[in-house]
Amino acid sequence: MSTAAPGVLASAWIIARKDLAIEFRTRSAFISALVLSLLSIVIFYFAWDPTAIGPADLAPGVLWVTFTFSGLLGMHRSFGVEQHDGAMDALLVAPVPREGIFLGKALANLTFVLGVQAVALPAVALFYNLPIGPAFLALAALMVLASIGLVAVGTMFAGMTANTRLAELLLPVLAMPFFVPIVMPAAKVTALLLAGRPVAEAFAWLRILLAFDLVFAYACMLLFPLTLDD
Amino acid sequence: MSSPSAGARRAGPDWFLLVAVIAITAAFSRAIWFTPPDLLQGYAQKILYVHAPSAWVAFLAFGVTALAGAFWLFLKDPRLDRVAESSAEVGVVFTTGFLVSGPLWGKPIWGAWWVWDARLTLSLFLWFLYVGYLVLRGVIPERDLRARYSAIVGILGALLIPFIHLSVYLFNTQHPKPVIANTAGIQMPAVMAWTFFGALAAFTLLYVALVRARYALANERDALDDAATADR
Repeated sequence: MSTAAPGVLASAWIIARKDLAIEFRTRSAFISALVLSLLSIVIFYFAWDPTAIGPADLAPGVLWVTFTFSGLLGMHRSFGVEQHDGAMDALLVAPVPREGIFLGKALANLTFVLGVQAVALPAVALFYNLPIGPAFLALAALMVLASIGLVAVGTMFAGMTANTRLAELLLPVLAMPFFVPIVMPAAKVTALLLAGRPVAEAFAWLRILLAFDLVFAYACMLLFPLTLDD
Repeated sequence: MSSPSAGARRAGPDWFLLVAVIAITAAFSRAIWFTPPDLLQGYAQKILYVHAPSAWVAFLAFGVTALAGAFWLFLKDPRLDRVAESSAEVGVVFTTGFLVSGPLWGKPIWGAWWVWDARLTLSLFLWFLYVGYLVLRGVIPERDLRARYSAIVGILGALLIPFIHLSVYLFNTQHPKPVIANTAGIQMPAVMAWTFFGALAAFTLLYVALVRARYALANERDALDDAATADR
C-alpha cells in the first residue's frame, strides 16, 4: 500500500502524459474513434424517417450511443498499447502506486473521450440542424459529468479484459450494463437542454450522474490495484 | 497447490435436491389446484407464485455472489469463489425464470409481452450483468485471476444495482404495487398468502440445493485440475 498521497497524483499525471503523447504522435485511435462517431451520426440520421421523428428528438440518443461506443474503442486501446514489449510489466515494476496507474489511464481516457465529443457535438448540431448555442455551456458540463463515470468504469474493465481472450468483445459486454445509469440520464438531460428547458428540470437526473461519478470513480480506484498481479 | 481428497469419494444421490424438488412440486400443486384464481386477473395471477419467488431467489443469489467475492478478496479461500460461481449461475437461471414468467403474465394483464416497466428493465439489466460475469469467468483459465476478477465485477455489480434502479424508476414504472411487502400489511386473502409463502420457501430450498450441487461440481473440477497439474 502506498502512503504518500501526492505520489498517486504525480504518477497519474506522468502516465496520462505518456499515454497522450503516444496518442498524439500516432493519432490512430483518436482518428478511428472520431470517424466512427461521425459515421454513426450520419447513419443514424438515415435509420429513422426525419419527418416522423424530428432531429431534436433523435439527437440525444444518437449522441450518447455514439459516445459510448467510441469511448469503449479508446479505452480498450489504452491498455492494448501496454500489451507489446512487456510494457505493462515495466509499468508494474516501476515505483508508482497502483492507484496512480488507474488514475493516469483514466485521465488520458477522459481527455480522449472529451476530445471525440468536442468534435461530435458540433457535428450533430451541423448535420441535424440543431441550435446548440444557448445550451452549449450546460451541454459541455453535462458531457464532462457523464464522461467521468463512463471513463472510470471503462478504464477499470479495459484493464481487466486486456489480457484475456476476446478482450475487445468482453469489454462492451461487461461495461455496457454499467453505462445504463450514465447514458439514460445523460440522454434525458441532453433532450431537455436541446428543447430549451431550464436546467432545474434536469436536477433529478444530474443527481444520479453525480452520485455515479463519486461512487464509481472511488470504487474503481480502490479496486483497480486488486486486479493486478502481485 | 493442495489437492483436496474429496474427489476420491463417490457421490451418492443428492437427497437435498430431492427434498427441494418435492417441495417445489408440493408448492405448485397447491398453487394450481388448491388456491382459488384471482377475482379480476383470473388464472394469470397464479404466475405470481413462480414470478415473485424467482425474483427473490435471483436477488438472493446475486447478493451471495457479491458477498462471497468480497470475502474472497480478504480470505483468498477457493471455496468462496466456488460459492460465488455456483450462486451466479443459479441466479442467472432464476432471473431467466422471472424474465420469462413476467411477460407471460403481462400479455393478458397489460396487453403486451414486454413493456419498459422499471422493475422489468432492472431485472433485464441484472440478467445482462451476470451473464457478462459468467462470460468473464469462462475466458480466464487461471483460477486465482478468475476469482479476483469475478470478485471485483461482483462488487461493482452490487454497487450498480441501486443506480439502475434509480434511473429506471425515474424513467417510468407501471409495475403492480407490492401486495406482500407494503406498509398496509399483506393485501391478499390468507389462502393465497399461504401458497405464496410456501412457494417462496420451496424456491429458496431449491436455490440452496442447486448451489450445493453446482458447488460440488466446481469442487470436482478443481480437484481434477489439480490432479492433472500434479501428474505433469
